[in-house]
Formats: sequence, C-alpha cells, structure tokens
Amino acid sequence: MLLAITIWIFTLITVLLFTDLVPEMLELASGEWFPEAASAHAAIVDTQFFNTLMVTGVVFVLAQVALGYLVLRYRERPGQTAYYFHGSNKMEVAWTAATTVVFFLMVSVGYGVWLDVYVHAAPEDAIQIEVTAQQFAWNIRYPGPDGQFGRIRPELIDDAAGNPLGLDPQDPAGEDDLVVPTMAIPVNRPIDLILRSKDVTHNFSVRELRLKQDTVPGMMIPLRFTATKEGKYEIACSELCGLGHHRMRSFLDVLSDQGYAEWLEDQSEF
Amino acid sequence: MADAVQTSHAVHEAPTGFWRKWIFSTDHKVIGIQYFFLALFSVLLGMILSIFIRFNLVWPGTEIPLLETFFPMGAPGGVMTPEFYLAFLTMHGTIMVFFVLTTAPQGGFGNYFLPIQIGADDMAFPILNMLSFWLTFVALVVLLSAFFVTGGAPISGWTAYPPLSALGEIAGPGLGTGQTLWVLSIAIFCVAALLGALNFITTTIDMRTEGMTLMRMPLTVWSWFVTAILGLLAFGVLLAAGILLLMDRSAGTSFFIPGGLVVSDQLIDHKGGSPLLWQHLFWFFGHPEVYIAILPGMGVTSQLLSTFSRKPIFGYRAMVYALFGIGILGFMVWGHHMFMSGMSPYTAIFFSLMTTVIAVPSAIKTFNWLGTLWRGNIRMTTPMLFAVGFVSLFVTGGVSGLFLNQPSTDIYLHDTYFVVAHFHIIMGVAAIFGIFGGTYYWFSKMFGRQMSEFWGKVHFGFTFVGVYCIFTPMHFLGMAGNPRRYPELTGFDFLEPLASIHLFITIAAFITISAQMIFLINFFWSLFKGKKAEINPWQATTLEWEIPSPPPHDNFAGKLPVVYRGAYEYSVPGEPQDFSMQTSQKTSAS
Repeated sequence: MLLAITIWIFTLITVLLFTDLVPEMLELASGEWFPEAASAHAAIVDTQFFNTLMVTGVVFVLAQVALGYLVLRYRERPGQTAYYFHGSNKMEVAWTAATTVVFFLMVSVGYGVWLDVYVHAAPEDAIQIEVTAQQFAWNIRYPGPDGQFGRIRPELIDDAAGNPLGLDPQDPAGEDDLVVPTMAIPVNRPIDLILRSKDVTHNFSVRELRLKQDTVPGMMIPLRFTATKEGKYEIACSELCGLGHHRMRSFLDVLSDQGYAEWLEDQSEF
Repeated sequence: MADAVQTSHAVHEAPTGFWRKWIFSTDHKVIGIQYFFLALFSVLLGMILSIFIRFNLVWPGTEIPLLETFFPMGAPGGVMTPEFYLAFLTMHGTIMVFFVLTTAPQGGFGNYFLPIQIGADDMAFPILNMLSFWLTFVALVVLLSAFFVTGGAPISGWTAYPPLSALGEIAGPGLGTGQTLWVLSIAIFCVAALLGALNFITTTIDMRTEGMTLMRMPLTVWSWFVTAILGLLAFGVLLAAGILLLMDRSAGTSFFIPGGLVVSDQLIDHKGGSPLLWQHLFWFFGHPEVYIAILPGMGVTSQLLSTFSRKPIFGYRAMVYALFGIGILGFMVWGHHMFMSGMSPYTAIFFSLMTTVIAVPSAIKTFNWLGTLWRGNIRMTTPMLFAVGFVSLFVTGGVSGLFLNQPSTDIYLHDTYFVVAHFHIIMGVAAIFGIFGGTYYWFSKMFGRQMSEFWGKVHFGFTFVGVYCIFTPMHFLGMAGNPRRYPELTGFDFLEPLASIHLFITIAAFITISAQMIFLINFFWSLFKGKKAEINPWQATTLEWEIPSPPPHDNFAGKLPVVYRGAYEYSVPGEPQDFSMQTSQKTSAS
C-alpha cells in the first residue's frame, strides 16, 4: 500500500519538477532549467531534448504507475491464488516491436540535428578563431588582418614571457596574430573554431550556445556555430583536467558587428 | 565430467584449522562471504568519501579536524583542497565500481550460490577461486595505499584519462606515485576478475547436476554466467590498457601521449601517442562493466519477483535471450561515452544506434517483470521491496539514458550532473538494491539466522525515498548546465542559483547514508542474535532451499540432487502447495 503510494507520489513530483511549474514556485534556479538559447543550432538541440522528454516521460509515468498498481492490486490476500502462467510469445513480440519502433523513430530524428551541428563545412565568410586550452586557462587566437595564423612551435612556449602558444617570430604570418584570454565574436556571423590543447584533455563549453567539445592535445577539432543573441557568456571546462578544473573560466562576448570591430581595434592596440 | 554430476568430488574434506577454513579457504561459500565482507567494507568507505564530497560542495573551506588527523598532507588545517576533493572523487568512483559493484554481486553472491543453484559441490577450480579473492584483496590494499603516499591519491577520476593520468606529478598532485598505485591496483584487479570469470563459466557449463538443463537454470545463474563472459572479454582489454599506461608512466613509451605537449611551461619528451586510444580501450571495458554491475541485480530481481509473487517468471526464455542480447550489444556501444571526444561524428551515429538497440532488451526485461507481478499473490517481504525498488530505479535510470545515447542531446548534457544522476541511479543504486535484495533474501542461508523483517522494511523506506531525493534533483542541475567533477561551485555565475539544490541533495545524502546504520545494526545483530533460520523460510523452489542453513562443507552432503523442473514453478494447479521444488517430480502434466 505504502510502497505503491510512494512510487506514485515520487512519479508525480518528478513530472511536476520537469514541467518547470514547481521550480518557479520554489524560486529555484531561474525557473527555467535550460538557459535561454543563444545560437542557431540551440533551438533544434532543445527541441530534440523536449521531444525525448515527452516520449520518455510517457514511458516513465506508465511504467511507474503500472508498477505501483500491480503491487497494490495483487498484494497477498486470503483466497487469492496466483495465476500459473509462463508468459506469452505474442506479447513479447508485440512490446519488443513497439519499443523498437518508438525508440528508433525518436533517435533517428536526432541524427539530423547532430549532423546539422557537427558535419557541415564552414561557409566562406566564417570567422576563424583558434582556442588553445591549458591547465587552467583559455588562449584565444585571432589570425589578424592577414587572415593567416602564424606557425606555432611548442618548444617556444613561455607563459612568463607572454608567449603562451609558442608563436614563431620567424613567421611573418604570425606578426599580426592576436592572443587574448577571452573571446569576442559578432552576432549572427558563422564562426569556425579550431580547438587545441597544450597539455591534457579539456572541454570547451558554453551553456547558452549549447556548445561542448573536448580539446585534445595532438588534435585540431573544428567546432562551427552562429551566435544569435548578444550577451556575455561564461566559458567553462567540462572535462576533468586537474586541480584547477573548476576555475577554468573565461568569457564569450557576443557583440554587434560594430561592437566587434571596436573590440578588435582595442585589442590590437596593446 | 559425466562422473562429476553423479557423485561429489573426492577432494572435499572439510578443513579443520582456522587458517584453512576461514582465511585461505577453497570453499566457494567461504570465498563468497569473504568477497561479501570485502565489498561491505568498501561500500562503507566509498560512502564516507561521498559524505565529504557532498559536504565540500555545499560548505567549501570548512575545517574538519578529523580530516587533518588522517590526512595531514591532503587536508592541511582540516580544510579540503580542490585536489583533495578530486582525490576523494577518484577513489569513491574506483572503490564503488570495482570493489563494490563488481565484487559483491558476482564475487559474493555468485560465488556462494551459483554452485549450489546448479547442484554442484564447489566451483570447478577451487584454488583458482581462492587466488582470485586474494588478488582482489591485494588490489584493494594497493589502491588504498595511494591515500598515504607523497602527493596523495590520484585526481584523474575513475576513468583516468591520459595525458592527465600519464604525465606524472607535473600534471598535478596525486598523479605521481598515487596514480601508479591506482593503475597497479586496477591491473591486479583485472587478473583476479579474469580468473573468477573463467571459473564461473567452466562451473556453469560443466558442473550442473543431473536434470539441470540450461533452460531450467535460475535466472540468477544465467545472469552470473553472462556477467562472467562479459568479464572475461572486458577485463583483458582493461588489463592491456593498464599495462600500456604503466609503461607510458615509467618506461618512457608514448601510447597515449602525443608529441609537443607543454605542461607548466615544460616541453614533454614524448611523441606519437593518442589520448583517444585510452578512451576507446577504457570504454571497451567500461561499458560492459556497467552490465557486469547490473546484470546480477537483474537476475536477483527476477528471482525475487517470481518467488514473492508466487508466480512463474513471465517469459523465462525472453529473459535469457534479453540477458544475452544486453551482454553482446554491451560490447558495441562504448563510443557513446565519447560523443564529445573528438571522435568522428559519423562514428557517433553507429554507437548511438547500437545503444538504442540495447534499450530494447532492457525494456523487454521491464515488461516481463511487470508481467510477473500481474495476477500474482504478492508477499511484501523486505527482499521483495528491494526487488520492486530495483524495477522502479531501473525504469527511472533507463529513460534518462535515452537522452544521453543521442549525440544531439548529449552535446548539452555531456559531463553534467545529468550524467551523474543517470549512472548513479541505474548502475549504482539499482545494482545496490539488487545487492540489498540478495542480502535480505539469502542471509538466512548464508549465516543460519534471519534478519529482522521490520527493520529491513524501515531500512528500505529510508533508502528508497532517500536515493530518489538525492539523485532526481541532479537531473535538473544537469539541465542547468552544472558540470560534474567541480570541487566548488563558487567560480561561475551560472552555478550560484543552484546552491539551494545542492544543499537539498547534501542533506538528503546525509539522511540516507545515516539510515544505512539501520542495515548495519540489523545485519550484525542478526548475525549473532537473529532467529535461527529454517531450511526454506521463503518457500522458494531453487536448490539452495533444500539444504541446511548454513549448508554443509560440500553443500549436498555427498549426494547431489536430481532436478526435474524449472526454477520458477509457483502456484502450479493441482499441487498441494504453491511452490514446487526443482527436485520434486511432477504430479500433473504441466
């Protein structure tokens, strides 16, 4: 009796919490669990999440309610005998088929979303920015007016001397490269990030833009997106990288075209 | 082997000395109990670590004098440093996954009951069995010693991703000697697990008594058997990976370390390795490991649901096929841990599809459990409560998996508390519920006395409500973007509003962990003072319920049983009682 009611109450509370209704009442977090979306692909990622929530929510509620009902309805009683029954192949086939169809339909829709986000060439006019992670900081590099990143040589890396990336002074393409600790990008312009790491594996993530990608030493991993909302967002590391993992914070400023141009100008004056 | 099923092995004479009987025993029952207590010690330790983890998340920087007493280097002034938090986190995960979830259900209950349930007088290789336990013990000692070496325990998590885990002390505290001990411990554990797996497989194939056909085996036996096959295939790969990592650390090789690394402004003299190689090898083990932890729990749950519903298990064959399906598919899904690793996005789709396929046999199991309850005559005993709890948790933890197996939604949820919630519910707590269910169910057989049903139910109540209070809110932390493995939540603006949720979780964790005292007191009190157990207190049908509690040294007193029917013959029409032992000949034409 108590068990069934416990299961049902818990199920109800969980559903209410997911609907955002209760969190708002309790003034938990900001009410909405998901931060407001700020990139072009964020909306489709979120839609896929909520579609999945609907499907799994129905499965979850049906299963828990049924579990509670069964233990309540068939609890031991005088005069009740259990039904000697070994199961039914028809039912096995039916629910196997039903589960397969529902689950596959649901996830297949998601692959389109995934390919949209991860497998497309950067458009011609995409702005190239390189992100190099290290324990425990982010180095953001812009190629400068020549549009070319200068050569990098790991043996030249010297944080104290202000050369955290090991830029080669012999390479003219590197002369106008801009290396800064925070990132700024213009709104509504495609961005083509190249993710690298100097030491261990890190992860470049920005909640509002639904961006998350490991930065792996020895690899150059592309990450393409378009920010759609101006604002200042926190960059966090999402892969355990050592004792300062939780302090590996930087900012992504999404600016207007004009703001971005001004920012670039300001930076290059230093 | 034809002879073996007719008569007992001649090798079995009960040892008399204390050392041969209780320490270096070759008796599968004693070894099972040794594994059980090793896991019990480990789970208490792992739980204590989690108390500190939860404490630090909510009240970072608080002085805990006790900490300084034990770890003067790790916690100067009794304050947990971030690296000390990460060391606790690493050890919590490692202890729980290897020394609790792998050890208790398989090494403990499997060792004790697999031979009895198939009507054998021991495991196929008793000395190997002893070796397997003692290697596990050594592995645990080696692991725990990492706490007390210079630099302390490793901080690279239970997944130990290189280069962080491969570079030594330069990459952080605990990554020197501590990390080496960690890898050694895991390698030793792998050898122990391999020996155990061989033993389980051979025993199941060769040592079944007359009439114990494969399709009459209890589902517990099936689950231990499939788990052993997984262990045989998975632990070998982890062993190889561990040896490569050891060589990267101490022999100057570069399997996992690429060229041109600069750590703390120092150029590292390695080149040509791949960090992703470790991830592939680790998760090739790591995902089957999840099933190694949970399959025995599924077996126990099936056993308990049928026994206490007084009804045959629904779809026995489907349950067996589903176990195998999960086992085989479990080796084809490891890449879903690596969607964000830099692996090819096309590969992600393959692994995602395979993971979706594995949801199908999991759903079949759930349907069959519900089908077993349907039109039963349910006795709400303590083991039954835990079995029903298992099903509830399995559903909850299962559906959250459907968000993480899709690369598109994983973009946002990867490495957040959503993942922490998911795996704790399904592989942690559900598996633990299987262990609790097994403990309350088999305690009387193992120790000859009964645990208190009343306190068992109180313990269930606190634990069931408690774990949901701990882990449900973690989904919302994940949806708000809270990354896992952060020692403190003070560094980011977006984490600040989540403090109240963390506080709630911490309080729920404290209460739930305290409630485990009810279990411990019940357990140890019953061990010495509990009511003497009958042979078959639950009126169950499998072979262990035909022999004394505790069973004699060679289980069946020299006369192996003959089996006439399946393991779940409850409420057979026309029979005098509602359970028909596997050894009883049929009286009706069923």
